[in-house]
Amino acid sequence: MTSSDAIVAITGLDKTYKGGHRALKSVDLEIRRGEIFALLGPNGAGKTTLIGIVCGLVRPTGGTVIADGHDIARDYRAARAKIGLVPQELSTDMFETVWHSVNYSRGLFGKPRDHAHVERVLRDLSLWDKRDSKIGALSGGMKRRVLIAKALSHEPTILFLDEPTAGVDVELRRDMWEMVRKLRQQGVTIILTTHYIEEAEEMADRIGVIDGGEIILIEEKHALMAKLGRTKVTVGLTAPLASIPSSLTDENLALSDDGDTLVLTVAGAEDGARAAAELVKRLTMAGIDFVSVDTTRSTLEDIFVDLVEKKRP
Amino acid sequence: MNIHAIRAIYTFELGRTLRTLFQSLASPVISTSLYFIVFGSAIGSRMHTIGGVSYGAFIVPGLIMLALLTESTANASFGIYLPRFTGTVYELLSAPISAVEALTGYVGAAATKSVVLGLIIACTARLFVPYGIVHPVWAAGFLILTSITFSLFGFILGLWADGFEKLQVVPVMIITPLTFLGGTFYSVSMLPPAWQTVTLFNPIVYLVSGFRWAFYGQADVGVGFSLGMIVLFMALCVAIITWVFKTGWRLRT
Ligand SMILES: Nc1ncnc2c1ncn2[C@@H]1O[C@H](COP(=O)(O)OP(=O)(O)OP(=O)(O)O)[C@@H](O)[C@H]1O
Ligand SMILES: [Mg+2]
Repeated sequence: MTSSDAIVAITGLDKTYKGGHRALKSVDLEIRRGEIFALLGPNGAGKTTLIGIVCGLVRPTGGTVIADGHDIARDYRAARAKIGLVPQELSTDMFETVWHSVNYSRGLFGKPRDHAHVERVLRDLSLWDKRDSKIGALSGGMKRRVLIAKALSHEPTILFLDEPTAGVDVELRRDMWEMVRKLRQQGVTIILTTHYIEEAEEMADRIGVIDGGEIILIEEKHALMAKLGRTKVTVGLTAPLASIPSSLTDENLALSDDGDTLVLTVAGAEDGARAAAELVKRLTMAGIDFVSVDTTRSTLEDIFVDLVEKKRP
Repeated sequence: MNIHAIRAIYTFELGRTLRTLFQSLASPVISTSLYFIVFGSAIGSRMHTIGGVSYGAFIVPGLIMLALLTESTANASFGIYLPRFTGTVYELLSAPISAVEALTGYVGAAATKSVVLGLIIACTARLFVPYGIVHPVWAAGFLILTSITFSLFGFILGLWADGFEKLQVVPVMIITPLTFLGGTFYSVSMLPPAWQTVTLFNPIVYLVSGFRWAFYGQADVGVGFSLGMIVLFMALCVAIITWVFKTGWRLRT
């Protein structure tokens, strides 16, 4: 049932915590080799739990996970050797130097010493100058990079980033995106969670939305944007209209209550810009004067909010 | 076998010790020296020999044992508690290593440190009192076995503890008193008969006694019995740890 291009295949994954809370409800998910997959979901949706199970931190109460061909329970050594994890919490060895800590991680994952590789990782993350610093003395953003360096130290083919840009400034966030793209080019499959929808929009090939322990949507980003996205053309009129002239009648055209603005909503995959041009032409022909034309495309954020809201009673 | 992981943990843990080398060694060496000055030199000079051994020399094995027990427990418990406390344990749990490998790294490092400390204390003691060792191989055996066993015990403690107080309470409230009452400063035969019986329930009596036999060829209980007790305690610790890893207790949610 696993398609051949799935690098992570999750089937019927279930997790009920000790207190009785069911954090995952029979989750099925396939991550494709080489993609950037963004997992979105509100607080407590089960994102960290899902990642925790794949990485071996949390014991599932049901279901299976195959990582790069290896069952994470039966063949945990082979599976875990392929996986790198950057956790949500900034947990670091405060008193260790960056250099020691990253080399330690490599050894822990069963790889022989390779100072050249560790150097490369540190340089890529702009940590090379900090290699002899104690981790405790670094800023939060730098600590996050150290965690990434540790996760990459053993050359994983699957990288989990649990909210990698939480509390990270704009510049560092852009750097991080750059780094993630570079890793993908090197063939690393990346699964990231984020609350910044802009981030998923910017980076992801595919997007999954989880809420209340259930995957409620998995879609190619472009398809998702096309299917659920909308373009709004807003025209500011010189003089208010009482009603839409019959020559312009279009089911997608609406007049604001004060009669000052006309709003055309273009659904899904249709070309918003062309529709805007069309509308302008028709307005001119009808002799309706206007002062502004504005086109906005709905963001992933709107789509996401719609989805999660729709589910809630 | 993930040799690289064992080596990584082992050197990482020893590295932590090296960074705090002074504190790691100074405090046990200083406190042991104080015991020698007070009990060995000041009071010991007024004491009779015990079984032909001067009092200063008599207390050497017990004091080394005291340092071994407390330091092994403290080091191993801290070694695993610290990553749990800081959250860095996530890395250990997500690594491709077996429980036995992780244990070898952590307990190996703690035990190594204890053995080195034991040797240093033995040398320090030599500065205060002259003594020889009758069965050096047995002495080394007890030194190593005790270090490993109590490092295993410390590892369990480090998993069980959910605060720094608990981490400290066991060495201070259990190990030190039991060692003091376990014949470190006296021969069990010097106690009234009723107390001798009570003492036999203190497992540390067997360790001190066996270690002292290795030094001077005389003991409160048979050396075979001492050896049996330490192996039994070790087996118990291993059994508990096996269960811990099977159930993921305090490690995996
Ligand atoms: N160790 C635990 N014991 C009991 N319940 C837990 C535990 N860890 C998480 N939970 C619960 O499971 C649910 C999912 O938590 P999880 O951390 O996976 O959410 P998340 O999607 O990562 O949220 P966030 O965006 O806030 O990080 C939450 O309701 C949480 O309270
Ligand atoms: Mg989370």
